[in-house]
Amino acid sequence: MINLFHLSVTVNGTLYEQEVEPRLLLSDFLRHDLGLSGTHVGCEHGVCGACTILFDNEPARSCLMFAVQAHGHKVITVEGLGTIDRLHPLQEAFWEAHGLQCGFCTPGFLTTLVPFLEKNPDPSEEEIREAISGNLCRCTGYQHIMDAVKLAAEKMRD
Amino acid sequence: MKPPPFEYYAPTTVEEALALLAEHGYDAKPLAGGQSLIPMMNFRLAQPSVLVDLNNIPELSYIHRDENGGLLIGAMVRHNMVQHDPLIVERAPLVHDAMPKIGTPQIRTRGTFGGSLSHADPSAELGAVSVALNGRFRLCNQKGERWVPANEFFVGLFTSVLEPEELLIEINLPRLSERSGWSLMEVARRHNDFALIGVAAVVSLDKNGGCEEARLVFMSAGDGPVEAHQAAELLKGQKPTAEAIQAAAEKAASADIDPGSDIHATAEFRRHLAKVLARRALTDAFEHANGR
Amino acid sequence: MTKQFIGKRIKRNEDPRLLTGQALFVDDVEIPGMLHAAFLRCDYAHARILSIDVSAARERPGVVAVFTAEDMGKDWEPGPPLVSPPPTLQGVTFHSRRQAPLVKDKVRHAGETVAVVIAESRYIAEDAVEDISVEYDPLPVIVDLGKALEPDSPLVHDDLDSNLAAHLYQQKGNYEAAKAQADVVIKKRFYLDRGAAVAMENRGIVAHWDEKSKQLIIWDTTQAPIAIRNGTAVRLGLSENQVRVIAPYIGGGFGPKMMMFYPEEILIPWVSMKLCRPVKWIEDRRENFYATTSEREQLHDVEMALTKEGRIMGLKDDFLHDTGAFDPYGLTLPLNTQCHLMGGYDIENFSSNCTAIFTNKPIVTPVRGAGRQQGIYVIERMVDFAAKELAIDPLEIRKKNFIPPDAFPYNNVIVDQAFAPLILDSGNYLPVYEKAVEMIGYEQFVKEEQPRLRAEGKHVGIAITPFIETTGVGPYEGARVQIETSGKVYVSSGYSTQGQGHFTSFAQIVSEQLGVAVSDVRIVTGDTAEFHWGTGTFASRGAVVVGNAVHAAASAVRQKVLKLASKVLATPEDALELEDGKVRIADIPHTSISLGELAALANPLRGAVEPGTEPGLEATDYFGPQYGATAFGTHAMIIEVDTETMMIEIKRYIAVEDCGRVLNPLIVDGQIHGGVSMGIGNAYYEKLHFDENGQILNASLADYLIVTAYEMPPRIEIGHGETLSPLSKLGTKGVGEAGAIPVPALFAQALENALLDYDLEILETPLSPNRLFELLYKS
Repeated sequence: MINLFHLSVTVNGTLYEQEVEPRLLLSDFLRHDLGLSGTHVGCEHGVCGACTILFDNEPARSCLMFAVQAHGHKVITVEGLGTIDRLHPLQEAFWEAHGLQCGFCTPGFLTTLVPFLEKNPDPSEEEIREAISGNLCRCTGYQHIMDAVKLAAEKMRD
Repeated sequence: MKPPPFEYYAPTTVEEALALLAEHGYDAKPLAGGQSLIPMMNFRLAQPSVLVDLNNIPELSYIHRDENGGLLIGAMVRHNMVQHDPLIVERAPLVHDAMPKIGTPQIRTRGTFGGSLSHADPSAELGAVSVALNGRFRLCNQKGERWVPANEFFVGLFTSVLEPEELLIEINLPRLSERSGWSLMEVARRHNDFALIGVAAVVSLDKNGGCEEARLVFMSAGDGPVEAHQAAELLKGQKPTAEAIQAAAEKAASADIDPGSDIHATAEFRRHLAKVLARRALTDAFEHANGR
Repeated sequence: MTKQFIGKRIKRNEDPRLLTGQALFVDDVEIPGMLHAAFLRCDYAHARILSIDVSAARERPGVVAVFTAEDMGKDWEPGPPLVSPPPTLQGVTFHSRRQAPLVKDKVRHAGETVAVVIAESRYIAEDAVEDISVEYDPLPVIVDLGKALEPDSPLVHDDLDSNLAAHLYQQKGNYEAAKAQADVVIKKRFYLDRGAAVAMENRGIVAHWDEKSKQLIIWDTTQAPIAIRNGTAVRLGLSENQVRVIAPYIGGGFGPKMMMFYPEEILIPWVSMKLCRPVKWIEDRRENFYATTSEREQLHDVEMALTKEGRIMGLKDDFLHDTGAFDPYGLTLPLNTQCHLMGGYDIENFSSNCTAIFTNKPIVTPVRGAGRQQGIYVIERMVDFAAKELAIDPLEIRKKNFIPPDAFPYNNVIVDQAFAPLILDSGNYLPVYEKAVEMIGYEQFVKEEQPRLRAEGKHVGIAITPFIETTGVGPYEGARVQIETSGKVYVSSGYSTQGQGHFTSFAQIVSEQLGVAVSDVRIVTGDTAEFHWGTGTFASRGAVVVGNAVHAAASAVRQKVLKLASKVLATPEDALELEDGKVRIADIPHTSISLGELAALANPLRGAVEPGTEPGLEATDYFGPQYGATAFGTHAMIIEVDTETMMIEIKRYIAVEDCGRVLNPLIVDGQIHGGVSMGIGNAYYEKLHFDENGQILNASLADYLIVTAYEMPPRIEIGHGETLSPLSKLGTKGVGEAGAIPVPALFAQALENALLDYDLEILETPLSPNRLFELLYKS
């Protein structure tokens, strides 16, 4: 009854091939079909930003895409940014600046900020605020996140 | 909040897409950026049985000059492409100004010009801006095409003149006349929220510094973009003094718009904001026009 | 205490896993054969259920089962209460009514669970929910707090005579006598409305009943895993040791995840036992607004009696408290409010009637601040109005009335949420207040900047608001500390964590005692298999209650280490020091033994062990405070209002906090920032809008407005005091909720000050641009 589609997508550098239902959200595909549970789901209506991933290197909300739409495309999740043994400078900066508390929104901030910092190596306070304006955090009040971004910019410039 | 099941098609040409829409009619919905449609599907407020995904049609994504100094914009151009395009800055600076106000950075990665217009949300910036710029839209179906002026495109709440088998293919924004000025202003609860009230103002001056033409288009003041015709009439031929602008703003707020009430703002507050923003936007736009 | 680790800004142990997406949250649990649940929730706020037809749902491919209240048979019953009313209070009326796993007779608030579908995927389960047809008989709805006690009001619970949920009266001294002697009596009415916690992670449960081993494992986003385990065992007829509850990494708690038992928490484990399959239910954001608790609606009629010099002689506050459709949380919230109505002021006469009322709205249980916000709002507003009335400087009137530092411990007589008289253990309010005044540059602003800006037509206001916060309440918590043969230290506690940094701050306490690196201390919380005595994470009690239990256990281990090392190194204990994971002879530092080696020696495989000794280097200890430790602080703010658009801009924000001994300043700062962001939300952006049918009009993150980075002040500047609590060895106090508590009162003061030419009187919270427009244009 349900038409399954053949999905071929590269996630964090690995090619995955799977048959999926068209309505399967990209967020659910990543989390449950691929077991990449670092991408979190906070609202499923595109407001909180916790589910943000990189779609062809641009930040996009994975809860507002169907997995089939990723066919032939490239996705990077938080797991593709760094590992515990080799943290991305942005992850290091978040750690040093206490830019996370419960950590639920954090993957969405990280994927949003990596391309931002690559394009803006010396961002102003205003630019940082704009960059994270689409990510909600209930724990930190954003101040340490702002500090982390400035610190990351420094690290990435070196 | 999971969406209900649907049939899915991913055409690679406009021709294929139009054929699918012709075949499925009311059952089908085109999928553009998905930033408005997919949340509604997740809430199960929209339950299309067929989705025609337009994201694999490269011929729908372009920004070109037209022969008259204006712009032709393909419907599937992403907001962040528009935001950073030099042609837009040059020929449609009001659109450039509108971009940072549209949603959030991630939404602008996926959201499209044509998708936003077709969704016909009265709070959307691009609808008001297109009307203010005297834009027109090319609608196609399998049988042919028609051009619809922006101010005739929006006919009701989340409703445009698009027939089920039609697609918005292209947007034409004509060039502004010499001595034009523009301004876009919004009041929103939070920085990226939908406007409680917004206004796009485009004005031009005649040789004597009087107002040649004025277009004042509101967001969130009715069922679609609302053009303040009476306010524009008041300004025509007048010197744009503070008093003239104030009178026009008051006219717009009291007579031209019919805002509704919701949990964020009453109609009364919206009218008040409309008056304030109209005054500020007109002042800004006329100063702009003078400066050039 | 050498303070080598305590008080340091140390990076958190938990961060690498969280940063790389390797931390397990409840929805990350995947078990082969796992089924998914979706609920049919009633849209009506008040309706009788006439019939439920689930046959079509049961037939949908992929659906394994559908349950209604009928299907539960004799397993159906309302949940147990979380807390009972205080036994020591005379004349308390309390009608306990609790929510049921599935509604049987009638629905009492929108979103109540009517049926549950169990299917192969959440997608199919939601499809099947739409297959269910229910016949309802809609009933009149009561949502208006002020009308709910009228004789003709619809009754939320038909077996009661009215919607009265509880009544309690508290007094201190004799208010009426004080009033009779006062020079001035000020009367005001305040209305405070609901807000939600909106943790970024919604609730969720995975229950796995294994029929062969007869063991039940539950992953739950709860703040109280031990209580969930104990209650679940009773409900399902199991022994406590057959049930393991794990609260893994949790994406924010803020109070509502402390509430139990949510209907889903009773039902999902029951379903797993019934089907002998693992079952997962994850709340979605729309459900969250209805199905997870919220708080703050109260209506206060207040009187304050003062001398003409501004000395507060007495306070009387009779208030209504909305408890929603059920009251599983007892009187905790109104008690917290009452305990903060006197703020940090020396008020000898007090009288307060609280009436808690049932309405057809979702259940009310604590949200960050937990009733304290309302108490502070009332007292600070009243002091502001008194200052105006008496033409006394608002700073001077406060300084006149602060409890003086030599009056502690200060007995406020009335009873608090921990069933004990409210005793403020320690405090020194004036320096913290003055620090805030200084940090914001109050004098200079009021004398120079503000007049200049006003002359330019700008509306800029300044406010300074002191507050207290009761924290660190009992009954107790415990911890087990063990040095492993690897040399690393393992610590477990019955507590749970939702991002507060416990994996680090508690480790710092251990490091201080044992001389190991903070990163070598592994803290385990939230797993009943690791530690099964404790209460839960609420009321800002971690640093106090768990901190001191950890301290006690770590100290005991330190004693064992010294005793054993003394034998091994043939050196007296006082000549030994613990550093870098080793025990060294102080004067001969190269003579040492590592803690790991000592741990191995403490568990010998051969030889004789003295009677009365325990193996290993391990200790378990508990801490139960006599009463709660009261933290305090002062916030200050400069705000600008655009009187045309009603948009606000916070120019500067100061938070001075005194939470006793600070374990990790980085973590404390973070708690304050987060609390302030919620406070700002509560003041100008967040409000749960109910219509007259009990529907939430803004049940989405697009319309329920939590602040983004843009709505925050450019920088929250933090100042500290450190008045140690005498109640514990560490001297800590809580700080988790402090950031949120004074903010609505601060906003009210600041807005009135900014809009002085409008002569506003702000008597409500939350505000909004629309509301400010109404207030300005009405006056």
